[in-house]
Amino acid sequence: MKRLLTQTAAGLRALLVLTVLTGIVYPLAVWTVSRAPGLRDNAEGSIVTVDGFPVGSELIGVDPVAADPANDPWFHTRPSAGSADPLGPGDPSNSGGSNKGASNDDLNGRVRRRVELVSLRENVDPAQVPVDAVTASGSGLDPHISPAYAEIQVPRVARASGLTEDRVRRLVAEHTDGRALGFLGEPTVTVLSLNLAVQAAR
Amino acid sequence: MAGLLQVVLLLVALAVVYRPLGDHMARVYSDEKHWRVEAFLYRIVRVEPKTGQHWKTYASAVLGFSAVSVIFLFLLQRLQSLLPLDLGRGPVPTGIAFNTAISFVTNTNWQSYVPEAVMGHTVQMAGLTVQNFLSAAVGMAVAMGLVRGFARSGADRIGNFWVDLVRGTVRILVPLAFVSAIVLVGLGVVMSLKSGVDVVNPDGSQSTIALAPAASQEAIKQLGTNGGGVFNANSAHPFENPGAWSNLVEIFLILLIPVCLTRTFGTLVGNRRQGYVLLSVMGVLWSAMLAVIWWAEAHQHGTAALLAGGGLEGKEQRFGIAGSALFANSTTGTSTGAVNAMHDSFSGLGGGGALLNMLFGEMTPGGVGSGLYSILIMAMIAMFLAGLMVGRTPEYLGKKLGKREVTCAAIAMLAMPTVVLLGAGAALLLPGTAAALNNPGAHGLSEVLYAYASAGNNNGSAFAGITVTSDWFQTSLGLCMLFGRFVPILAVLCLAGSLAEQRKVPQTAGTLPTTGPLFATMLGGTVVLVAALTFVPALALGPIAEALA
Repeated sequence: MKRLLTQTAAGLRALLVLTVLTGIVYPLAVWTVSRAPGLRDNAEGSIVTVDGFPVGSELIGVDPVAADPANDPWFHTRPSAGSADPLGPGDPSNSGGSNKGASNDDLNGRVRRRVELVSLRENVDPAQVPVDAVTASGSGLDPHISPAYAEIQVPRVARASGLTEDRVRRLVAEHTDGRALGFLGEPTVTVLSLNLAVQAAR
Repeated sequence: MAGLLQVVLLLVALAVVYRPLGDHMARVYSDEKHWRVEAFLYRIVRVEPKTGQHWKTYASAVLGFSAVSVIFLFLLQRLQSLLPLDLGRGPVPTGIAFNTAISFVTNTNWQSYVPEAVMGHTVQMAGLTVQNFLSAAVGMAVAMGLVRGFARSGADRIGNFWVDLVRGTVRILVPLAFVSAIVLVGLGVVMSLKSGVDVVNPDGSQSTIALAPAASQEAIKQLGTNGGGVFNANSAHPFENPGAWSNLVEIFLILLIPVCLTRTFGTLVGNRRQGYVLLSVMGVLWSAMLAVIWWAEAHQHGTAALLAGGGLEGKEQRFGIAGSALFANSTTGTSTGAVNAMHDSFSGLGGGGALLNMLFGEMTPGGVGSGLYSILIMAMIAMFLAGLMVGRTPEYLGKKLGKREVTCAAIAMLAMPTVVLLGAGAALLLPGTAAALNNPGAHGLSEVLYAYASAGNNNGSAFAGITVTSDWFQTSLGLCMLFGRFVPILAVLCLAGSLAEQRKVPQTAGTLPTTGPLFATMLGGTVVLVAALTFVPALALGPIAEALA
């Protein structure tokens, strides 16, 4: 018992000094280095600005909502589980997935509804709607869509923004990243920067 | 194909660092000299670094240190409103604070809270990050105690806990974490002291994007096989894991120390092949489980997946199936528990694979330190079984495995299944449990089983649909984490003491060699068999039923 008390007292002292080292010095040292040019923008959330005003983060997908659904000029992100609307925007002050399994009736219903909505919105056959368009991401804030999902949105975006489909398709290509080194991860289209590019081109 | 190259690159990277890091860690834990900063720390803590400790003293130090850590972390959360950078998030509710304090001190990092809403930056840094380091350093220290038990002969000391703790932190974890954190910021991980940034989206709506000092914690969270997210979505959040490169770096960090510790072990017991054989067993099981999870996720056959055209629910586009399966297998094969995709939305077989990884007892390759001591326990069990078959007193690494050794090994091995099955069984009997589930049927049962497997194995990942904020879940899962962590640790240290006291027995023609394929097969077989015998009935009702449906 005396042994346990002696060691516990040493434990308290050890905890306090190691808290200073690993809980104050270490994170603040990382923070200080992250102020360096080239790192700072990343550290503060890869914020994208237009005319000096922050319009979002390169890494965070928030689905744009069209003022007039019949004339929708936006490329849309993946669905967010946190949203009441099956396709609606996520909330970047929070994050998370649906956590529903593939045998869950709620999820079945949601996916079925999304396939309908997307195929109607893009005027394509339900079989052409890609998987990422109708499944909610893990974070609810996925900034990317697949090239296939971008492709079925091209005609609508072109029509609504008054650009030719070829022009929009070129913009999509400019905002598409292949796999890193040709094999890491999956091909992605960054939705925020693509939408900004479409707006700028109008 | 692309996914396979990703795995190859990961394995090559691990192979490159295997030797230097394994040897470095062996030097760290056997060095006679103390660094000046360490000597300074020992003076403040008022411990004498030159004296070794009897196993009982060593164990008292582990327990005492962990106890004050739990209390300190609990109080820090309760007093959050008095701290700077609390972001107005107020005192953390008692149930969450209790569960979280245990969770982070036991290296589990199970999270029953939404970090963006509950934890301020000071609690994240001075509380949670600290235990990310120290619980990992404790795991390594205990493993080194056991290794010294094998390496020493006729000794009554197994090392000095304070020296092991400080060196593991100062010489291994802090430098590696610092470099990794900077690399992660370079890849896009946030490191901000702000609470968030207000933006006006292109469509004119307004959002607040949550920010946090993530990179510093992300690095040690993976490196120390901790796994607690700075954001609710954990490593699926683009600010914690922004791309394919960061994903690979994080998986590498998860596996780094557990893998290299096998080299450290071989070096310290004077026969590196003893370490390679453990690594080969870990590697084969890890690869087999990767194949299962990957295949299952690529071939999801649930209704929702068929409607959608694939299993991307809960997965991020930038990682895809391959990057998510690789991460899931690594985070559950170690005791990390970070997730880059929601395991609850995995298929029956894929989620069941993640669950089975934990039920192996976390040794493929396991948590930092805990993976090594867990597989050494299984090696002793395997030798004991082999000894029974041939009617000889079993030996391992020149030490006889007598009554006391086998008893300790059996206690260490049985603690986890006991708390997992008792906990999950009790939870299923309670009337409130059905309401806490997010999925009906077999998948709902998997949610409960997964929760207790995760807590009992100090993993921390979840089938996160389950709501665990009730007093029952907070308390029972907290106790599972405590017993799942400290019962094996005490048994391991008792074992270390008894091994160290023994003189080495010379090898004879009758000694079963423990470096060849025969032993590797026996060890792998024992790991699989023990898990299968213990958990197949439970697994049959959950993931297996779902996979066959």
